[in-house]
Amino acid sequence: MSTLTPTTPAKPTRGIRSTEAKAPRAQRESPFARVSAMIVMGVFTLYFLVPIWWLLVAASKSRSQFNSTNPLWFADFSLFENIGNLMAYRDGVYLKWMLNSALYAGGGALVGTIIAGMCGYALAKYNFPGRELIFNVVLGGVLVPATALALPLFLIFSQISLTNTFWSVFLPSLVSPFGVYLARIYASASVPDELIEAARLDGAGELRTFFTVSVRMMVPALVTVFLFQFVAIWNNFFLPLIMLRDETLFPVTLGLYAWNSQVNQIPVLRDYVLIGALLSIIPLIIIFLLLQRFWRNGLSAGSVK
Amino acid sequence: MQIKKRAAAVALLTAATVVLTGCASGSTTSSGGDAAACEPSEGKVDLTFTTWIPGMEEVVAVWNEENPDVQVKVQTGPNGNGGTYQNFFNQLKAGNAPDLGQIEYDALPNFRVQDGLMNLAACEGVLDAKADFVDWTWGQVNFGEDDAVYAVPQDAGPMAMFYRADLFEANNIAIPTTWEEYAVAAEAVRATGGYITNFSQSDINQFAGFVWQAGGSWFENDGDNWTIDLTSPESVKVADYWQDLIDRDLVSTNPPWTDEWNNAYNTGSNWTWNSAAWGANSIASGAPDTSGNWSVALSPQWAAGDNAAGNWGGSSTAVFTGSKHPYEAAQFALWLNTSDEALTMLNKSANLYPAAKSGLELPALKEGVEFYGGQAIYDVFAEASGHVSPDFIWGPTMTQVYNDTSDGFKGAVTGNGTLSDALTSAQKSTIDALEAQSIPVNK
Repeated sequence: MSTLTPTTPAKPTRGIRSTEAKAPRAQRESPFARVSAMIVMGVFTLYFLVPIWWLLVAASKSRSQFNSTNPLWFADFSLFENIGNLMAYRDGVYLKWMLNSALYAGGGALVGTIIAGMCGYALAKYNFPGRELIFNVVLGGVLVPATALALPLFLIFSQISLTNTFWSVFLPSLVSPFGVYLARIYASASVPDELIEAARLDGAGELRTFFTVSVRMMVPALVTVFLFQFVAIWNNFFLPLIMLRDETLFPVTLGLYAWNSQVNQIPVLRDYVLIGALLSIIPLIIIFLLLQRFWRNGLSAGSVK
Repeated sequence: MQIKKRAAAVALLTAATVVLTGCASGSTTSSGGDAAACEPSEGKVDLTFTTWIPGMEEVVAVWNEENPDVQVKVQTGPNGNGGTYQNFFNQLKAGNAPDLGQIEYDALPNFRVQDGLMNLAACEGVLDAKADFVDWTWGQVNFGEDDAVYAVPQDAGPMAMFYRADLFEANNIAIPTTWEEYAVAAEAVRATGGYITNFSQSDINQFAGFVWQAGGSWFENDGDNWTIDLTSPESVKVADYWQDLIDRDLVSTNPPWTDEWNNAYNTGSNWTWNSAAWGANSIASGAPDTSGNWSVALSPQWAAGDNAAGNWGGSSTAVFTGSKHPYEAAQFALWLNTSDEALTMLNKSANLYPAAKSGLELPALKEGVEFYGGQAIYDVFAEASGHVSPDFIWGPTMTQVYNDTSDGFKGAVTGNGTLSDALTSAQKSTIDALEAQSIPVNK
């Protein structure tokens, strides 16, 4: 904003608010607006970061210090000792959970993004009867919360004896109506028909056109879909809760929840839940930092077009 | 759905002399689990057992080692009300429930009404095992029917009073042995700035334990109908007693199991806790700074010279309908809950306090506990266990009862209504809830 304002100094006599002689005219109102914006953002930042800070501090404490010391500041730093204990507990079942989460979320988001991308692309670029109907049905899918589908899915999977397997959580994770929606909107806006036509004239098949030409133009949307899907699967709790009984198949959310339901009677689990929760958000943070550049592009591009 | 539930309820209430195969009317074809005969299966048997008790794998590994022909696989999940019960119901509906499951006493009637439990009475050794268990725990699993056993008791939560021996002594306050003395002591404790205890507004199980001790029962089943007794004289007596302490600000009302609750004990502002055997570890972990200062005594009594005790918690091992191997499942459940080896391991890994009589004599439960100044606290709980009334019965909709009662209690501690008002309204909503499930109710 300030780069656009003229550099001529304002007259010092003008207006009570321009106390600084050098303050440009157009900026006279901005310090207040700026400060209040900063305050609002600061409050929200605090609001979002304090729980994480609390978690970090709590995870670094030994059990005896957990209740007796300031919850927002460190006592003796035993974070690594706690991590060691967590990894050792029950032969490192926690690591297994993290690995499962990575498989469900990583694999599910990858395959789910490809499916959603192809589906959205097809809906955007091919004319066929029933196209709008299909799209509207998919849109309706956005409105149905995933939790509402968990129980019917369980009954269906029971019929084919697939409950309590890797697939019982993985297969439902591949579906992303929102992803289809986003991919369609983005594909129709950013992939020119002429380009597809040109690819066809050059002899490329439809699949090849999609993967070599269209996908490259859809990358920001696809990354967005991937991120959404990754976070949604990573945080999906209800489906694994209903489907899984074998501890070695649990994702980390369900595992921690199961432990947390025991803390009244097995107090040591509280430490593991805290430290486990802290570690479980690290992959999400990493993937956000890596992909946020694409995501931001994707969001703004989508909003303009 | 509705018809099936009604059929299940009717099946329960006709005091089934015919055992389970007869009851499974509404459900799909009986999948071979003939509990009426309960014969051993041919060949090698694989069982599944869903439980949330940590360390169960190790215990089961011992069984698997000794019984190569009956291999048990442990499955796990959150605790019962945290989702596992709902999963059991879903699995029963889908026909893929495990053979065995962990069920707390207060949830058993719900499974019974929904026809989810196999009657193990015909299985070898099950009826005879009655003598091996503390009397009242057996009443929790047979619902008062002589020829029925719907689960094998696992652990119990006989209640006693944890108290800060050092504070009582330093302030010259006598350890209360009756509730009357307890209220008097509460005044003395309040005068020093502390609270004698905390009233649990959201964990209704503690209050149920008080009612249990007072000789009340919240439910009754005469074979035809359920009677709901949340407002029985005993129940109201207990409610009025605590209401009085709350009104006079003699007890704190922190939500249980929170940091502020722990902190109140850790800083010595709360002096006693009326809790179950398994609570010994909760205090030790929640109030680490007070190590060595606690002792345990029998609960205060309503009449001087009595020795009644309440119970808080406890669970059982049940065999679900649809299990193809009830005989083997029953043998495993008996071993799990009566053998010294299994009970010792469960006590060590999960602080389970055994329901079996022999379990009360485990060497691990005879030792002095450092946190309690070296007192052999489990001797107190063993004594309390023998004085728990066998007459307390849980209802088929306990989750609803807890929620509704807790809503009222939360209001009462903030001056909005009273505890007995809360019971009255929970009484009404419980009747509605049962009727909504077509379970016959005496009004």
